[in-house]
Amino acid sequence: MSKANTATMHARNIQKVSVRQQIGKAAYLFLTYAFLILMAAIVLFPFYWMLISSLKTLEEYRRSSPTFWPMVIVLRNYVDAFTTANLGRLFINTLIVGGVSTLLSLVITILTAFAFARLEFKGKELLFACLLATMMIPGELFTITNYSTVTTFGWINTYTVLIVPFLVSVFYIYLLRQNFLQIPNELYLAAKVDGTSDFKYLCKVMIPLALPTLVSITILKMMGAWNSYIWPRLVANDEAHRMITNGLRNAFTETTGDVNYPVQMAAVAIVSAPLFLVFVFLRKYIMSGVSRSGIKG
Amino acid sequence: MVDSKHQWKAWIYLAPALALLMVFTIWPIINTVRMAFLENYSGLKAVGGQAFEFGLGNFTKVLDYRRFVDCLRTTVLLCVWTVPISTVLALLIAVALNAIRPLQKALQTIFFLPYVTNSIAIGMVFAAMFNIVGSFYGTENEIIVTAGIINNIIEFFGGEHVNWINYGSTYTSNIIVMVVYIVWNALPFKILVLLGGLQSINRQYYDAARVDGAPRRRVLTRITVPLLSPMLAYVIITGFIDGFKEYTSIVGIFGVNMGPPDDAARLNTMVGFIYDALSTNSQGRASAAALILFGIILVVTLVNLQVSKKRVHY
Repeated sequence: MSKANTATMHARNIQKVSVRQQIGKAAYLFLTYAFLILMAAIVLFPFYWMLISSLKTLEEYRRSSPTFWPMVIVLRNYVDAFTTANLGRLFINTLIVGGVSTLLSLVITILTAFAFARLEFKGKELLFACLLATMMIPGELFTITNYSTVTTFGWINTYTVLIVPFLVSVFYIYLLRQNFLQIPNELYLAAKVDGTSDFKYLCKVMIPLALPTLVSITILKMMGAWNSYIWPRLVANDEAHRMITNGLRNAFTETTGDVNYPVQMAAVAIVSAPLFLVFVFLRKYIMSGVSRSGIKG
Repeated sequence: MVDSKHQWKAWIYLAPALALLMVFTIWPIINTVRMAFLENYSGLKAVGGQAFEFGLGNFTKVLDYRRFVDCLRTTVLLCVWTVPISTVLALLIAVALNAIRPLQKALQTIFFLPYVTNSIAIGMVFAAMFNIVGSFYGTENEIIVTAGIINNIIEFFGGEHVNWINYGSTYTSNIIVMVVYIVWNALPFKILVLLGGLQSINRQYYDAARVDGAPRRRVLTRITVPLLSPMLAYVIITGFIDGFKEYTSIVGIFGVNMGPPDDAARLNTMVGFIYDALSTNSQGRASAAALILFGIILVVTLVNLQVSKKRVHY
């Protein structure tokens, strides 16, 4: 066997291996996509089912062989949902609670995070460690006493009771402090030399630089108000102060017997819509807030 | 330099947060412990001027309670099923997402979608999907006509339809529905964290594996999982913590009854038990149950950390 011959055989072998590798790679990629698209379809299915059910007539919804697109689109379901669940009032209540608590919470979080990030005082590290330690305790443990406390204060069935107990979030303080610490200390010292007060420095330099984190906190806080269920049910379940999640659950359990599912699904879609809008336009803030809590926590 | 006469300024910045924390966080911790150790403590009777003896009665009573044991069983059962299933699924999805280029962002967005939903609202959608098909008894003397897509699909593939959540359904089928819903709900956060971890793994490891011709399965078990172990430990620990606090997703599907119409409170959880005790003004018992829940979460977390100390490669 000549040397040249072995060389070509060798080359052919390598080619064969690489063709097989390429087929393997293509098959692997195909399977990967197939798996992901199947899982994505499963994840999306409840949303799809909610939307098309909300547009069907009750008769079509109950057909023994289900339709995957409404034969007649019934927008009346949305009007019925809005009135049966009294969603207008619930929306306003939730917006009031969400708006006010977000605003106050931001002010408190900024002040506290600034003190922990820039100011010097005795016991700073110890105090911060204690705050972080409280994050481990399940919220239910606080609720028992807080319920008695707000009863003593006479806050039952007011907006106050929905706002005040949750204004301080150690998690948000932690998140913002980390962001503040990334801002170079030289800026602060330069401002000090120029005679700028701490408060002015905070407003003029720190807050603009930490804006993305503040947006994340705002979104998470608003979503929290939108989704809160247990505490509002406990302390403010009257008509005038009831929040959206409670109202939705109540509206469709108080009615016994045959449930009008298309209308119920329409109500669910209305309640979900603002969350989707926030998600579509502000996704990166939510994801960065959540993932930072994930990786640094 | 620290200027001691300016220190008071820092406390002004801290004042609002500390005042609120004192009332709504620190005092509750102290008070909950106090109430838990006062025999049969009740807020209503305390206002009436009754004094309570010190003792462990609340704890023994809670543990004796048949209902508490049921709540504990349901909670543990949900944890044991949902945490491994959601973690493995999230890992597979994250690895798959990390392996593709086109469509990656779009798919990533879809997988994150369940995170921004209202768990009560979407629970109601799941309840509709898992409904029984046709006419059946809603309660003992009322007939309901309804449709449920999951049973339609099962019948389409030639299976027998299942009574998942309605009157007369079994505990097992209830639990299956809850596991499906909780896993669906838990996936986005886990995928986000794991994908973030995957993207920060140095590509050199994979290049080295390719040079050595290591098969894909071994790359997954020998490179990806060990290097991802801090994130895996994190999602497992938070998964258990959330699992032990499960409550609203059950309300979403079964309503405040916490069970099918013929067996209310069958799916009640630890948190549900605490709220039930609170609503009957048995603060002592509620506090004891809350401390037990805290103890369980603490132990589970410590065990997880201990295990991960041996397994996690930082």
